[in-house]
Amino acid sequence: MRADLIALLPELMLATLAMAVLLAGLASGKARHGLLGAGAVLALAATGVTLWLAAGATDPGAHFFSGMFVLDHFAIFFKALFLLTAALVVLLSHDYLKRNDYRPGEYLALVMFATVGMMTMASGVNLAVIYVGLELMALSTYILAGYFRREVKSHEAAAKYFVLGAMSSGILLYGLSLIYGATGTLDLATLARVLASAKPGPSALVGVALLACGFLFKVAAVPFHVWTPDVYEGAPTPITAFMSVGPKAAAFAMFLRVFIGGLAPLAASWIWLVGVAAALTMIWGNVAALTQDNVKRMLAYSSIAHAGYALVGLVAGGPAGVNSVLFYMLVYTVTNIGAFGFVILLESRGYAGETVADYAGLARRHPAAAFGMLLFMLSLGGIPPTAGFMGKLYLFAAAVNAGYVWLVVVAVLMSAVSLYYYLRIVLQMYLREGDGAEPATLVAAPWTERVIWACGVAVLVIGLLPAPFLAAARAMAGAVGLL
Amino acid sequence: MNAYIPVLLFIVIAIAFPLITFVFAWILRAGRYDPIKLEPYECGNPITSEAHDYRFSVRYYLIAVLFVVFDVETVFLFPWAVMFRKLALFGFVEMLVFIGILVVGYVYAWRRGALQWV
Amino acid sequence: MTVPISHFVTFAAVLFAIGAAGVLLRRSGISILLGIELMLNAANLALVAFGRQHGQLDAQVFVFFVMAVAAAEVAVGLALLVAIFRKQRSIDVDRLNVMRW
Repeated sequence: MRADLIALLPELMLATLAMAVLLAGLASGKARHGLLGAGAVLALAATGVTLWLAAGATDPGAHFFSGMFVLDHFAIFFKALFLLTAALVVLLSHDYLKRNDYRPGEYLALVMFATVGMMTMASGVNLAVIYVGLELMALSTYILAGYFRREVKSHEAAAKYFVLGAMSSGILLYGLSLIYGATGTLDLATLARVLASAKPGPSALVGVALLACGFLFKVAAVPFHVWTPDVYEGAPTPITAFMSVGPKAAAFAMFLRVFIGGLAPLAASWIWLVGVAAALTMIWGNVAALTQDNVKRMLAYSSIAHAGYALVGLVAGGPAGVNSVLFYMLVYTVTNIGAFGFVILLESRGYAGETVADYAGLARRHPAAAFGMLLFMLSLGGIPPTAGFMGKLYLFAAAVNAGYVWLVVVAVLMSAVSLYYYLRIVLQMYLREGDGAEPATLVAAPWTERVIWACGVAVLVIGLLPAPFLAAARAMAGAVGLL
Repeated sequence: MNAYIPVLLFIVIAIAFPLITFVFAWILRAGRYDPIKLEPYECGNPITSEAHDYRFSVRYYLIAVLFVVFDVETVFLFPWAVMFRKLALFGFVEMLVFIGILVVGYVYAWRRGALQWV
Repeated sequence: MTVPISHFVTFAAVLFAIGAAGVLLRRSGISILLGIELMLNAANLALVAFGRQHGQLDAQVFVFFVMAVAAAEVAVGLALLVAIFRKQRSIDVDRLNVMRW
């Protein structure tokens, strides 16, 4: 019992502190942005320390709560990543919430609750636990997407996200029930044993297909991506940054755990499905991004495309494939949060300053921030010496070694296409003059700027010295038991 | 097929009971009407608007939403209550924690003014 | 005499299909919420039936959690609809078209 509680301590602590932030926010209303924000960041940091202590005090191979929960290296890597993501998003939100005059208490508490859900997803080795974690994350994000209740766009984003998200969770749950019916277990390790010992019937295969649909929706892969552009455009920008990295990484954690772990014996049945989805996702995400004038929409399609790249690593499978997905999630997180941070700096009021034309001539007026954006765009496009290049390199290497050359050919071609729209922004910033009567300028937002700096440094450091980070990812998923 | 006979019986009774009640009421009632008797509120409150084509206030939805959330949580109380002796102290503390979380939600809803009928 | 498992499974499948059709075809936000509830309850029904077939309680316990999750989901959905209604005076989802696909 005691070991169980120690393994769960990080989640327990973050959930408790989130409730404390909620109640503290109630007492302070719209005031005290700084205090609440600092409290949230401290809570996330304290949870990180607890995670470190809990990891030291438990056996990474042990199962807790009757085999439903693990704290293996895979889970620890993802949990640390989620805590980092949440902390960066809280810092990004500080100036933005204040400028737009919304209450900070509920907002911060919801970000923290979503993080608890994501952490549970990374640790669950029972389909029921994973589902509950997923829903905690999803429900918190639906509300966050609609948090700017004076904006019609924010409502619309939340409504679309909710309807499609709830439907996908229904499909996922029905798939779960069919798999349970065919195998008589919700536990991933038992599931793998049962599936390996007997030839699965049609109902198990239908269940796996439905489960794959639900998961592909959560990572925003084609053809389940239609919600993404609208939701990313309409949601408050720090939340867009959060959704594009946090819940997406959590969905990949659960995808890897369930498909590479529990459903491994059925790999022959689902691998082509996921492979085709990966190819379609890369093609459609990149092609659709070419025509976007709104930067948030463009980054939404770019995020769809990046889910496609990460799916390539999942198709490759094996320790190398899993490692490369973990590393890519880290790279994508720092890059994308930085890029959205720049979008936030440009949004002077409401949703103004979102079009590509607003970026004209920014390099001359704000050289430092523009250089940061240049780095993020290069990293998203996969140009050395940035982190994005290293991430893609390891993903594609894993896929080539596993024999999926056709998938890598598609991925490389589509990366080349993506350079067009990433460099379009760079071109606007560096080579064009703002021709409007009043050229767009960046607002003063010290914390957002600091986040951009930190992300920019991280992108360069990971790009130039990838070895320690790769080693971390490898140690984490090294002994890929996943179960 | 015998297993379904109670179900059939139940359906028959369920349909018959309201019909019989209506028939009795129709036979026994006095049947004296005047305009005041026909008003929706017999207590004498003046009517402000028509009942149909008039939407429910959003406040009802707010209360309904809160009710749904807090009501469904009892689903966890039933299995606990059945197994109360077996779960002993651990189960009791666990349930206190669970209810504590609900209380946080309740305090939030209350202080935020969700229960205020304004 | 007991009802065979296939009846439950077929019923759950039909219920799920009706719910999915409701979500995809109806325009009123409330009807869409009803459709989502139908889908979740179809999955619940299948879980309970399968649990009985396997002689386990796992699935029933899971169903409790799904019920709680479904309640939270419908609460969030209704709250969103109320917020949208206050702003737009309508819950017709076809009118949510400020942003284009």
